[in-house]
Formats: sequence, C-alpha cells, structure tokens
Amino acid sequence: MLKRVFSKQNRVLLAELVRTDFKLRYQDSVLGYIWSLLRPLLIFVILYVVFVKFLKVGDGVPYYAQYLLFGIVVWNFFVEMTMQSLGSVVGRGDLIRKISIPRWIIVLSTSLAALINLGLNLIIILIFILIGHVPITGSVVLVPFYLLEIYIFALGVSFFLSAAFVKYRDISYIWEVFLQAGFYITPILYPLSKITNVLFQKIILLNPIAQALQDARYAMITKVTTIPQTVFKGGWHEYIPFMIVVLVFFGGSAYFKKQSKHFAEDI
Amino acid sequence: MKDNIAIKVDHIDKTFKLPHEKNTSIKSSVVNFYKHKKGYEKQQALKDVTFEINKGEFFGIVGKNGSGKSTLLKILAGIYRPDKGNLLVNGKLVPFIELGVGFSPELSGRDNVFLNGSLLGFSRNEMKAMYNDIVAFAELERFMDQKLKNYSSGMQVRLAFSIAIRTQSDILLLDEVLAVGDEAFQRKSEDFFNRIKKDKNKTVVLVSHSMESIKKYCTQAILIDNGKIIKRGNPEDVANAYSEQNFDAKDINVNKNKIKPKIRIVPLTKSIVTSKDVFSFKVDFKHPKTKLKVYLAYNIIDLKRGGIPYDSGLFVVRPDDDNVYNLPLTLFNNGDYRVNASIRVGTKDNVIAFTDENSGHVFLIRNKYVKKGLNNDYGLLQRLQ
Repeated sequence: MLKRVFSKQNRVLLAELVRTDFKLRYQDSVLGYIWSLLRPLLIFVILYVVFVKFLKVGDGVPYYAQYLLFGIVVWNFFVEMTMQSLGSVVGRGDLIRKISIPRWIIVLSTSLAALINLGLNLIIILIFILIGHVPITGSVVLVPFYLLEIYIFALGVSFFLSAAFVKYRDISYIWEVFLQAGFYITPILYPLSKITNVLFQKIILLNPIAQALQDARYAMITKVTTIPQTVFKGGWHEYIPFMIVVLVFFGGSAYFKKQSKHFAEDI
Repeated sequence: MKDNIAIKVDHIDKTFKLPHEKNTSIKSSVVNFYKHKKGYEKQQALKDVTFEINKGEFFGIVGKNGSGKSTLLKILAGIYRPDKGNLLVNGKLVPFIELGVGFSPELSGRDNVFLNGSLLGFSRNEMKAMYNDIVAFAELERFMDQKLKNYSSGMQVRLAFSIAIRTQSDILLLDEVLAVGDEAFQRKSEDFFNRIKKDKNKTVVLVSHSMESIKKYCTQAILIDNGKIIKRGNPEDVANAYSEQNFDAKDINVNKNKIKPKIRIVPLTKSIVTSKDVFSFKVDFKHPKTKLKVYLAYNIIDLKRGGIPYDSGLFVVRPDDDNVYNLPLTLFNNGDYRVNASIRVGTKDNVIAFTDENSGHVFLIRNKYVKKGLNNDYGLLQRLQ
C-alpha cells in the first residue's frame, strides 16, 4: 500500500506542490527567502526581552532562552501546520473539482511546507545553542524522534480537520479556540515545575505535544526540566501520549479517506 | 478487459445530495437531526449508464444543460465516484474539464507548464521532453519566463490548451474547449484534431454543445437526457437528435403563443424536414378588405450562413385566398431557415404588417446521410445524390 501511496507520480506531484508553495510564499518581497530565517529571529528577540529580561519566568532553569525558543518553535509548527492544513482542501477546491489527484497529497504538501519552516527555525535555534554554549550530550539524537512524534500527531489532526472543514465551516473557529487553550496548558512559556500539583502535571503531560516538547528539551537543552518519566515514575501512563498519537493519526487518516470520496461534490 | 477497449462504463448510477440551504455548520446539522429533517434533496444525475469506447475512437457526448453529461465526464476522469456500477480505464487518461486548472498567476509560464504537468501525472523529465512541443504549439516561446498574470487571456488559454492536447496521453477528456484562441490558432487546433481522429492509438472523449464539432471530429457519439443515454451511434444521427430536442425545448416559434400578431406564419408540415420534403405553410393575417390592392411577399432567411436564398416578390392577394404556399427543398442543404412575410396596401412601399424574429417561422433541414463524408453543409445548395 505504501508503494502505491508513494508512487513516482505522487512523489513528483508532492515535490511540485511544495516547490510552488515555497516559491509563492515570499513573492514580491525584497529579501525573499531570507524572511523565513529573519522572521523567527525577530520574534525570538522580542520573546527574549519580555520573558527572560523583564518577567524572569524561567529563573532556575539553565539556558532558559533556548528552552523558551525551542518551545515556541515547536508550538508554532503545530499551529501553522494544522491551521494551514485545515483550509487546504477547501482552498484547493478548484483542483479537486476538476482533476483527479490523490486528495491526501494536498494535506501532505501543506504539512511538508510547515516542516521545511520548522527546519529553518531549528537552524536558528542551533545557532542560539552554540552562542549560548549549551553543553550538547549524546541524548540529542533523540530530538528528531520527538519531532517526528509531533509531526505524525499534527498530520493526524490535519487530516481530520481538513476533511471536517469541507462539511462544517465552524471547525476553523473551534480549532482556533482549541489552539489558544492548548498554548496555555502546554508548558511553552513557563517551566512545568511552576505547577506544583503533581496531578495537574500528569494531566498536562498526557498531551503528546507537552510530552514530546519536555522530552526533547531534556535531551537537547537542560536536564533541569520536568519529564514524563519522573512525573509518572515509570508507570504505563507514560505511554499514553504515544497511544494518543497513534490513535489520532489512524483515526484522522481513516476519516479523511472516507470523506475524500465526496470532496468533489461537497466543496 | 478486451485489449481494444479504452473505457468501459458499466451500469453506473450517480446521485447527488443537494442541500436545501447552507447546511455546512454544525448547528444546522444538529437542528436538522432533531427535527428529523433531511436537509437535502436527492437528485439522480446518472441512471444505469452503460457504454464502451474503443481505442482510437473520437467519442462525443452531447446533451442539454443539466442532462448529466458533465457528471459523466467527471466520473470518467475519476473526480466523482459512482454510487453503483464499474468504470474501467485502459491507458493513461488526461482530463480537461476546464482549461488552466491549477495555473498560478504569480508563477512564470515555464513553471506553470511543469506544475500543470505534475498535476496531470507527468514527471519533470517527461514534461521536459514535451516542453518544447507544447510551447511551440502555443506560439509563446518569447513569453515563457514571464509571469502568467502578465499574459493576455488569449495567451493563457493557448498555453493551457497546448498542454491539454500536446501531452502524451492515451485518452484525452475534453469539456467544451475546442474553440480557443484567434483564427489562426483555431485552424491549427482543427488540423490537430483531424489528425488525432485518424490516430488509432489516441482516444478522445469530447463533451460539446457544438454539433458542428461533433459531426466534424467524432466517430461515435451518445446523447444524454435526464441521466440516461437516449441515443447512441454515428455522430450525424446523434447530433440531429440533439438539435430536434433543443428545437422543441427552445420554442423558437412563438406562433403557439396566445397573443395573435397581425401576421404570422403557420406551418402545415413538420418543422424538421429533409431535402426530399416540401415545406408548406400558411400566411395568416387579417385582410384589410379595402379597394386598394393588397400585396403579400414572403422570403426565406438562412440563419446559419446568412443571406436570403429565396424571395417571392410582391403579388396581389384577395380576401378569399387561402395563402398556403409550398417550398420544395430539393436543392437545399442542411440548415436553419426562417420564413418571413409582409403585407403592403396600395403602393409597394406602404408596409402595414410584417413578421419579425418571433412571428416568422423557423424550420430545420436535417438530412440523414447514408454514406459518411457526404455531409458538407458549408454551402447553401447541396450536391444532388
């Protein structure tokens, strides 16, 4: 089945869609592609000044600047990917109604564009890590695995949202509120240790993004961070986030597959 | 599947759910659920459609608006899934439901060609091989590095059309896209279609309202009405059946109206005739019953080619004349003709009544040609068989 999904024809189309998307993104701007690096850099500067210098939220966490930036980057990736995917099928309605391309390619190409952006952002983070002399240990090899976990989770969500949006246009508003709530109940701006209630910590860490983010920070930036292993004390609950990821991915894909048969009529 | 079949459509049904009002919010679906309202209406667009298209055929699909022909084409293209029945496609199929789908105005002509190619399932290398040919056919060599938004609309259409017909596909689906570009380009396309018609490896499916194109290019055709195939066979017959259908539907002859104009043409024979028939009609008007002379004149207007092939000249009519006239059509070629009449009183300039577009009567000559190729209706008069 995977062979059929990634046939030569589909790979070509996917590459072409991603290429086009990227080409169009910085059309008519003087600095062009540089913006994809400059934009996160400028945002980081703002966040750094506000959270590290003014508010001092991360007192006690070493390399808090890098810690914070990484969290923001990962969260922004999730937001960008799901929001763009949500409207992608409807947005490409002209194609869907007139050409028979595999529908999932549209969502996948949107997700890859977000993934490329994540890659560029990570380059900036890497620069900050080097500037800040963050000691790099061998556990850094685990980071791609956690990022993959977030990507797969986001992909499952994207499949569901983009298909549901064809039928129910309310989804975009609901999802915006969801993301807003998610931003605050995920330890992005604040260290998880600021929440002293262990039960709350556990609940927060059931969220795959919170779990992957904390684990990745632990692997790459600082050991002074709360990770599922210590909160759940090695119980099986630790694996719930992974189960959620698998469930969301297969559930989302299955829903998309079922709905996609009628996209051409419903849009 | 037999090797010589390109497309096989097997008992296909398709029903659409048409929402009553905008039913795309969660609230309205919840409300409808509790009210036990369906919120949509079912419309069957295709009913048990079955046909085969052989390889190398130029296959026409005709039908009125809303007859289901576009739905059928979209099913052939794989855009809609049939509710019931099977579709088998043998070979690489390239659909052109609309020209320039997926074109991006911000990209250059070159990028758009490659993007379009990938949407149709061609790799970059395959497109590179076809690229020069496509650009040459579109005659846009000088403009390929410009952004598409700076193209004139004619140039855009030419590029899209060239991609459509110059890509190396086995089966080509075309929806109403034959006449694009300026005259020179149209002639070029015409040549191309004439060549493709003879190509035994390329299959074309064409949906069109232009019976001229259907007759000119197609080797087979079907007529669809209300989701069913009501006629199939040689394109002549199918095109004529379609014209007849439209003739009834359009009701060009307002003669049937209750409002009685001062003068009108009442047909005494059928309105669709062949050259072997005699078309009879009556000029119906109220005779002024004066002592002055009353003149009648009638003529025929050729609606397709223009011009007045026949004019009776003025002649005197008396109150008790029946005013029935017969037109033998032996020499006349296929065409749409209108009979007009006028009445003058006293002098030859004093017109008191005449028929116009609505009160004149349109009749069609539709000959059935036994042998193919005899149908050459460019001229008004036909070769006698």
